[in-house]
Amino acid sequence: MELLRINNLKTYFNISSGTVKAVDDVSLTLDYGESLGLVGESGCGKTTTALSITQLLPSEGSIVSGEILLEGKNIVNLSDTEIKKVRWKEVSMIFQGAMNALNPVMRIGDQIAEAIILHEKLSYKDAIKRVEELFQLVELEPKRISNYPHEFSGGMKQRAMIAMALACNPKLIIGDEPTTALDVMVQAQILNLLDKLRKELNMGIILITHDLSILGETCDKIAVMYAGKIVETGYVEDIYNNNKHPYTYKLLSSFPNIHKERVMPDAIEGIPPDLINPPSGCRFHPRCPYAKDICGKEEPRMELANEGHYYACHFGGVYNEK
Amino acid sequence: MKKQYVLKKVLQSLVTIFFVIVFNYFLFRIMPGNPLAMIMRNPRASAEAIERTKELFGLGRPWYMQFFIYLGNLLEGDLGLSFIHKRPVIEVIWSRIMPTIIMVGLAQILSIVVGILMGVISAWKRGTKIDVIALSFSLVTYSVPTFWLGIILISVFSIGLRLFPTSGMLTPGRTFYDTVSMLKDYASHLFLPVLTLSLVLIGEYALTMRNTLLDVLTEDYMTTAKAKGFDDNYIIKKHAVPNAMLPMITLIAINMGLIIGGTIQVETIFSWPGLGRLMYEALNGRDYPLLQGIFLLITISVILANLIADITYSYLDPRVKS
Amino acid sequence: MSTIKKEMRKRKIDGFLNSYKTNKMGLIGGGILAFFIIISLFGPLIFPFDPMEFGQASDVLQPPSFNHILGTDDLGRDVFRNLLAGGRVSLMVGILATIISMLLGTTIGLMSGFLGNKTDMILMRITDFFLVLPWLPLVLVLAAILGTSIWNIILVIGLTSWAGTARVVRSQTLSLKERPFIERIRAIGADDKTIIIRHILPNVFPLVFANTILVSAVAILSETTLSFLGLGDTTRASWGMMLHYAFQSGAASSGAFWYFLPPGICVVLVVLSFTFLGYAFDEILNPKLRRR
Repeated sequence: MELLRINNLKTYFNISSGTVKAVDDVSLTLDYGESLGLVGESGCGKTTTALSITQLLPSEGSIVSGEILLEGKNIVNLSDTEIKKVRWKEVSMIFQGAMNALNPVMRIGDQIAEAIILHEKLSYKDAIKRVEELFQLVELEPKRISNYPHEFSGGMKQRAMIAMALACNPKLIIGDEPTTALDVMVQAQILNLLDKLRKELNMGIILITHDLSILGETCDKIAVMYAGKIVETGYVEDIYNNNKHPYTYKLLSSFPNIHKERVMPDAIEGIPPDLINPPSGCRFHPRCPYAKDICGKEEPRMELANEGHYYACHFGGVYNEK
Repeated sequence: MKKQYVLKKVLQSLVTIFFVIVFNYFLFRIMPGNPLAMIMRNPRASAEAIERTKELFGLGRPWYMQFFIYLGNLLEGDLGLSFIHKRPVIEVIWSRIMPTIIMVGLAQILSIVVGILMGVISAWKRGTKIDVIALSFSLVTYSVPTFWLGIILISVFSIGLRLFPTSGMLTPGRTFYDTVSMLKDYASHLFLPVLTLSLVLIGEYALTMRNTLLDVLTEDYMTTAKAKGFDDNYIIKKHAVPNAMLPMITLIAINMGLIIGGTIQVETIFSWPGLGRLMYEALNGRDYPLLQGIFLLITISVILANLIADITYSYLDPRVKS
Repeated sequence: MSTIKKEMRKRKIDGFLNSYKTNKMGLIGGGILAFFIIISLFGPLIFPFDPMEFGQASDVLQPPSFNHILGTDDLGRDVFRNLLAGGRVSLMVGILATIISMLLGTTIGLMSGFLGNKTDMILMRITDFFLVLPWLPLVLVLAAILGTSIWNIILVIGLTSWAGTARVVRSQTLSLKERPFIERIRAIGADDKTIIIRHILPNVFPLVFANTILVSAVAILSETTLSFLGLGDTTRASWGMMLHYAFQSGAASSGAFWYFLPPGICVVLVVLSFTFLGYAFDEILNPKLRRR
């Protein structure tokens, strides 16, 4: 069953030096109970894509065109009041709790309860009861609901963030770098917890990260973004072992793989492009070692590799030849 | 843990107060021009005052004995005799304290409420006309000498429009048959001084509130609150303002010094019979015992205000522990 | 090495100038200030003023006319000429007091931050002490004790307004001290003096600069207030002294607006120009503000 479908989304930012095409013609789909990893370098538009779904963009940004269908209903043109009902109730988010996503002067329990009171119309007492249940669900001690954020460790804050995201039984959870800034052990715990809850509660999850290596075990599908566009998308297996786009290939090899021989990870030459004046043709061509003439002239279309696996490259899988 | 913090702050304040007393002592005894010598030579000082001063300062004894005599007198509340008023300094100060408390208290309440509201609106509507107007108002009132603002207000409201009396606390020579008419007269005298002092303070508070709030608005927890589906009003009230209020408490305390500066000017201009006016009189009559007494009282009140602010802060900010 | 450094510094300055050129507040502030500096430098040369030269009885408190564009004061002196001369005195007091305050604040801040330990503790307690003391009463008391010459006023303002600068400089020095480049310089054998003067001072300078502007505003305001309250130098015709005489002679109640308005407006404009400049520089130099 299809939970979310994004069709040709374009989100632009109007700043003093021009228009930043942060998300430029992005399409993706997600089923109930499915988990999608959205990866790419910083500034490639993955967070903007996520924030576009519930219209949380900063004031300079706006959705220029495209559709976002949540359970078949387009939510792009919802009024201010209507979108507020979608937020958290239907689509909730997990921010980097370890950083500053929790209000430092408000008790954690109250921060979760306020969302329950708003959307579920419960009394404060009932809401707090629900928070205690949520704390148990994310394996935190219920009595700590009256603590303040600074009394929690990074991992605990992240668990509290997850409890908060689950508060109103949303259909879709978006995790924006939910494990960044946590140590590896805690990272694994958090990801396992998310995975378990997703299956139990049949929710869709979009995980945003710049770290491909953590997605393998927690995601069904991966979409790789580069310079505001999705360059390749498919099931984890396809992306890891049968990828077709040179950027995916480069991104994967830029992470050390402990299962293989010890080699220095490959860095991707050059810097991410300027999104005010993006390169012509394929946006990756200035940094692509396999680029030919056509790459700078013609924008590649999405090609089907196999069931559910698409890529946008004139020479898909070129690096496997020879 | 809070108790320890409070105790530490109380001790620190006591040490500072001790410093102030020492400073005060040396300021009036050792500085070039030696005020003490001037007291002895002052033609306005009566024989009684000179005798009293000699005794008070313990003249002829070693300097450390003199200091202890000074300390002892201070603890008994003996600040010497005022030259001008020919009464004990402490009595003179006591008789002038209420008008100042009433005027400054009203001005503080008014300017804190208006200033904070203005700052909040300014920050929330950043870059709009309202913000520009509020910002210009704040910067201009910050740059206006308080006494000059008072003169302008007198010439417009008292002399031009004849709405309010120019000076004093009650209309001289008028007999009041009931409390209401007396309060009315009092209020009409109070209006312009309070307005002058408030105008100067509002800008300062508004500016700080605006800047702190702009800082807070960029914090991650603001995005979290928005993602939870709350409207702007709620977010500002429940999440942004409580965080921005913390620095404001400190500012209000630090501002005590500034307010006293403003009070001296306002009371001088409007002949408001409070401590500020008294200081002006002591200054122009070179009434050193009185000047010293007022200075000591003002300084100690400022230190105590800061102490109260520190303690309040520690109770409002859960992060303050020890 | 030094050419790279020069190049980097040049780029920094260019960047600063570029941001400044697009900062409306900064440009307005700079414009007003430049105007006042020019007229107080050259004004008194063209329209000389002698505060001791009183006019005829018929000249007293005359409204603006062709002979006296801003009228006359209670002693029959030309307000416009007085205003030009007053600008000179007020700006001079402001600038000199600021220099004293900056030298004190920067030195104390640098020493406190760089030497640390006991020195830091003692210096910071003194600084806090000055921060906590109510400022105008302190200045009044000091001025009353020292006596009312213009040099004393400059000294008093300078001696009482350095604490904020010291705090800012100290915290910047502390963070600079921990940077790797300072450690490297120390490792190649540079002594403290070299490190402070050649490496830390240039890096705290922008902060000191932004602070200087704000202290200047405060210094000019305080000269005005001190003079107004009767602690000014009676031999100098500053704007504050003009306002003092205006108030004493009852200019406000007699409606002699040409007497008490111009000096006040000048003070407001000059202080405002400093405030605008300070605000602009803060926006340019403080990256956190810039982000907004």
